[in-house]
Amino acid sequence: MSSNTTDNLLRLSGLTKAYPGVVANDDVSFDIREGEIHALLGENGAGKSTLVKMIYGLVKPDKGRMTLHGAPYAPSEPSAARKAGVAMVFQHFSLFDALDVAENVALGMENPPPRRDLARQIREVSETYGLPLDPSRTVGTLSAGERQRVEIIRCLLQDPRLLIMDEPTSVLTPQEVGILFETLRKLKTEGTAILYISHKLEEIRTLCDHATILRLGKKVATCTPSETTARAMAEMMIGSSFVSPTAKHAIPGEVLLRVDNLTMPPPGAFGTPLRGISFELRAGEVLGFGGVAGNGQDELLLALSGERLTERGTIWIKGADASRDGPVLRRAAGCLTAPEERLGHAAAPNMSLTENAVLTAGRRQRLVRNGFIDWKRAEGFAADVIQRFDVRTPGTHVAARALSGGNLQKFVIGREVAQNPDILVVNQPTWGVDAAAAAAIRQALLDLASKGAAILVISQDLDELLEIADRFGALNEGRLSPLKPVADLSIDEIGLMMGGAHDMEVAHVEA
Amino acid sequence: MDLGNINPVLLVASLMISATPILLAAIGEMVVEKSGVLNLGVEGMMITGAVIGFIVAINTGSPLLGFVIAAVAGAALSLSFGVLTQIFLSNQVATGLGLTLVGLGLSSLLGKPYEGQKTATLPKLDIPILGDLPVVGRMLFSHDIMVYVSLCLILAVWAFLKFTRAGLILRAVGESHDSAHALGYKVVRVRLLAIMFGGACAGLGGAYLSLVRVPQWTEGMTAGAGWIALAIVVFASWRAGRVLIGAYLFGGISVLQLNLQAAGMTWGVQYLSMSPYLITILVLVFISSNRSRSSHDAPANLGQTFHATR
Repeated sequence: MSSNTTDNLLRLSGLTKAYPGVVANDDVSFDIREGEIHALLGENGAGKSTLVKMIYGLVKPDKGRMTLHGAPYAPSEPSAARKAGVAMVFQHFSLFDALDVAENVALGMENPPPRRDLARQIREVSETYGLPLDPSRTVGTLSAGERQRVEIIRCLLQDPRLLIMDEPTSVLTPQEVGILFETLRKLKTEGTAILYISHKLEEIRTLCDHATILRLGKKVATCTPSETTARAMAEMMIGSSFVSPTAKHAIPGEVLLRVDNLTMPPPGAFGTPLRGISFELRAGEVLGFGGVAGNGQDELLLALSGERLTERGTIWIKGADASRDGPVLRRAAGCLTAPEERLGHAAAPNMSLTENAVLTAGRRQRLVRNGFIDWKRAEGFAADVIQRFDVRTPGTHVAARALSGGNLQKFVIGREVAQNPDILVVNQPTWGVDAAAAAAIRQALLDLASKGAAILVISQDLDELLEIADRFGALNEGRLSPLKPVADLSIDEIGLMMGGAHDMEVAHVEA
Repeated sequence: MDLGNINPVLLVASLMISATPILLAAIGEMVVEKSGVLNLGVEGMMITGAVIGFIVAINTGSPLLGFVIAAVAGAALSLSFGVLTQIFLSNQVATGLGLTLVGLGLSSLLGKPYEGQKTATLPKLDIPILGDLPVVGRMLFSHDIMVYVSLCLILAVWAFLKFTRAGLILRAVGESHDSAHALGYKVVRVRLLAIMFGGACAGLGGAYLSLVRVPQWTEGMTAGAGWIALAIVVFASWRAGRVLIGAYLFGGISVLQLNLQAAGMTWGVQYLSMSPYLITILVLVFISSNRSRSSHDAPANLGQTFHATR
């Protein structure tokens, strides 16, 4: 590596950060050059987030040094990092729903200009980089892609030398990803360095110049992504090889779940209405619903789980009208659901894993008898889920809140799969889960289907849907596209089914 | 009964006096809640302000100094709430209720020797020209300075939240403390300052009761004004203008029902006494019942404990 050349922008040497019980980063050193897109790879908990937080001044390293443009760099807070030319687009957006775009942008700047000038600057930058955005819209009404534009524009307005992006594409359509990559390449030609964190290895192969791979807080490898296969990178991250899910396609059996012209008003001010959704789900089949976040995924799950009751005759479970049945009755009928939001929806944060297991599996696994909880059985069931799905936790007594996102996800999906449902509806089953664990979850879903269960996977991860679904449909503004067999679909077609990026509506009509 | 005894000019004039304590307390609490903190101790801070202001005014002879010290006392009391909830992460609801109880107890202890005494009150301002206008002059422009201070405060808070960067940061902290923290804003510091502002306003409101409106010290004299201030903030959907409407509405109906009783209305005195509370809440519920807007008016992180984990 030509590490002493002058075009080094940021050099990290020996960065170490320990939290009680874990060493998040252990002696991490690498260089980021000017005008390069540098990928940072690693499993959940490998220490990527802690590392970028140290660069952005949110966390102070215990040991080690950073130099920016050859000068010592030790930001004590994010505003110091911003002054030095380091900007960050957060994984979980750091936006304020009730404020408008201009206010959100102003909050991320050191010395924002008066509002009128700021609005003009936002328009200028958004046009230059092809990211259309109206400064006076309330952020809560924006789509995920548009929300990300707010973050990016907030960074660009400060002429950053280094832009940190934490999993930027997980919520975008293929077309929106294309637009984002154009923007990033343009920034690169202008000399801005980008530190790019993502789980999506194919994206990294097309976009990034160098990659640094972290495992358990240590730097374990570097590579040139365009010359390395995605599988090789994944194995470097995990430190061993893993098995891709394999489907044993069963012949679809009888219809277990039928949804007939389901129409429903939105649940709240920022929700999406459901408009005339109809589909049939057969035994042994995996149906995949894609679409950009906020197009009715959550609302559809609420309707199918029974949390929001629908008009009579709209939802049929095994031939019986279940539209007016609440979650308990639907669970009893064999229809289980796992919502997207892990903490607070799928799991009660402050309750132990055993208690959380009882909450959904109480009846089906007979963990409750005569109104009393059979704690021994409940613990056994929770321990079984933990063991089967490789949930990394000290035990069943641990509060759900204490688990990392990926581990909790394994638990809440595993909890439903282990109940052997006839129908399983999951929303974002592998959100924020690393490659090996995601493969395990997908395999569990496929195994369940091969045993004759009907499975509906709602996901924003198209690769995931293409991998496990038999048929695919896209949700767009609460409508469901016609369902098509996955085998005949290309990524472009899927993008068009999803309605594409907002700017591509014209192309959609012509196509 | 003789409705002719009710003089509309005096009615409006006394309405403004009657509404001022609640207005002061409510605008302070609105700022606190905008920063994402629910302080249920308004009643306690108000009555502490009332007793401290009264004691200072009696001992120094200066009601203005009484107001200043009452504001300091309210802020100091609220700071104890702030330290407990923001630094030691105690539960806001329980701590706020505790603050009310502490304030009520503390004030009756401190105020015991002063019961029944009289103090100098604030002079009415003599505003040239405006004060000499017929009808309107007596109605609107012949009050003491605190009435106008409270109105200016409403305007100032509205402008602060809408136009200044500090106001934007305060709203951002109340909207999403995690996002604000990620951007590097000092969530706890912003909230402590907001809490102290709220305490100072409640202290002023209390002092207005004991120094102008009544003016003397009686145990428990706030009589639920702090709770009404809290309710007004919620039903005013956290907007300064609506806080003004709510407080004046409450003040107006309180004065009106007193006038009706004085005019000899005999039936249902209890219902009349209850009416200000009922009508204020009904009207504000009606204003805020526009569902599409009101659902996202409340600061999203209101009452939630913030703890910077990483």
